[in-house]
Amino acid sequence: MNWQAIKAIYFFEMNRTRRTILQSIISPVISTSLYFVVFGAAIGARIESVEGISYAAFIVPGLIMLSLLTQSVTNAAFGIYFPKFTGTIYEILSAPVSPWEVVLGYVGAAASKSLIIGLIILATANLFVPLEIAHPLWMMTFLVLTCISFALLGFIIGIWADNFEKLQLVPLLIITPMVFLGGSFYSISMLPPAWQTVTLFNPVVYLISGFRWSFFGLADVHVGWSVLAIAVFLVACMVAIHKIFSSGYQLKP
Amino acid sequence: MGSIVSVQGVTKTYASGHQALHSVDLAIQEGEILALLGPNGAGKTTLISIICGIVNASSGSVTVAGYDIVKQFREARRLIGIVPQELTTNSFETVWDDVSFSRGLHGCKPDPALIERILKDLSLWDKKDATIMTLSGGMKRRLLIAKALSYQPRILFLDEPTAGVDVTLRKGMWETVSRLRDEGVTIILTTHYIEEAEEMADRVGVISQGRILLVEDKQVLMQKLGEKSLSIILHEPVEALPESLAHYQLERTDNGRILTYRYDGNAERTGITRLLGDVAAAGLRLKDLQTSQSSLEEIFVNLVSEAS
Repeated sequence: MNWQAIKAIYFFEMNRTRRTILQSIISPVISTSLYFVVFGAAIGARIESVEGISYAAFIVPGLIMLSLLTQSVTNAAFGIYFPKFTGTIYEILSAPVSPWEVVLGYVGAAASKSLIIGLIILATANLFVPLEIAHPLWMMTFLVLTCISFALLGFIIGIWADNFEKLQLVPLLIITPMVFLGGSFYSISMLPPAWQTVTLFNPVVYLISGFRWSFFGLADVHVGWSVLAIAVFLVACMVAIHKIFSSGYQLKP
Repeated sequence: MGSIVSVQGVTKTYASGHQALHSVDLAIQEGEILALLGPNGAGKTTLISIICGIVNASSGSVTVAGYDIVKQFREARRLIGIVPQELTTNSFETVWDDVSFSRGLHGCKPDPALIERILKDLSLWDKKDATIMTLSGGMKRRLLIAKALSYQPRILFLDEPTAGVDVTLRKGMWETVSRLRDEGVTIILTTHYIEEAEEMADRVGVISQGRILLVEDKQVLMQKLGEKSLSIILHEPVEALPESLAHYQLERTDNGRILTYRYDGNAERTGITRLLGDVAAAGLRLKDLQTSQSSLEEIFVNLVSEAS
């Protein structure tokens, strides 16, 4: 293992985060606070409770997931896309690093960054609504696995994208709607039965449900399914990355 | 001196169908400066990109110090530094961070003293804390060299290192290259400036349309292909050449004041003695004599036009 290289890529990326701290850390915190003000305080005050939990508390796991997913994907995608765009990728390709070491550096940094954001949002949420976490260990597991698997997805998108539009396409047009429709702001049981079935095809439902379970001990789908869903997703991303590297797709002509 | 890089039967066809390399064989000797000379689009960059791992070869194999560049890419790439043709740099990092990043990427532990020496050698020391986007083009070029030297490669590829660089900087670059050679670094540079190859290289490889036309010791190449010419400058111009000089195929220029004789500089008999005797016998008075040898440029142009 070329640990020095992994370290170099990781800190290079984390430095980028530090330089763009306003955009990277502060803006998700502000937007989450806005969600709390709008959904938690203004609208939430008119909703009694969802399955015995105050609405403001109910939306916390969904809100964290919303930021986590978009941040993981965007960060990792941008991290690998930018060197491709500027041409500095030549250095990565000609260095004595294996593809998985490159992934570890980029995805590790993107996942760390969104993990930090997730924890900051959790702390911010705690200021608005008192939270008790039923299964803290599981909560961290879901948090970490989500960061890693969606950063892997972002890495794939960054390699696939050959212009800035494509880079934004997936997070904006796929991830965000999936999170909104995945039960961030409501329980699946609040939907008409037909839509409940349709929703089960949205993989994000399993993520949010499992994550919410780790907070409140209740879930839309069994937590086992949530763990399985995220594991399958993680493996699928890794297989895709393996295929990308072995074919040289979009990296080596 | 053994060969440190060995390229065997490497071909490259891009997805567009363009065949950039046609079964290229090349052996690069340890410690030499090899200039790969060729017109734009000849395949120079493709060839070195394949050796460095940036482009996949369609077929053939490359070894670096005996290590296969695909199967033993770690060992092979550890030895190689590359300075790309385009000024592809990061923008927001500082010079120091960027050079240190390159060192780390190649698996080397931080060595601030070495980086300091490299930056000083390349006159970048006072810019070490500057962000890269504030650097001039020449500084960026030197930064790319600093990055490649940060992990002390044994083989350095310079892809058109002086393209778009002013004269002073070009001389500076040449000095850097010869200093590196003195330190034992093998250097491969691609260029379409003949002057550069003539000035710096030990051996010259000529590449055109994806084929290596020849690789030859620079001196040998110039001797082998070098045609010499002798200019005879006369006191009085001649209207027409005397019959006795006809078989020398002299070229008459400057209104008959200069007669030029072309001959093979390496031949056993050049015919000069006889020519001068015949000139004197014809009653022509000599004012001066001048000989000149073809430059690498003429040789190169001849080779490439023959190939196409």
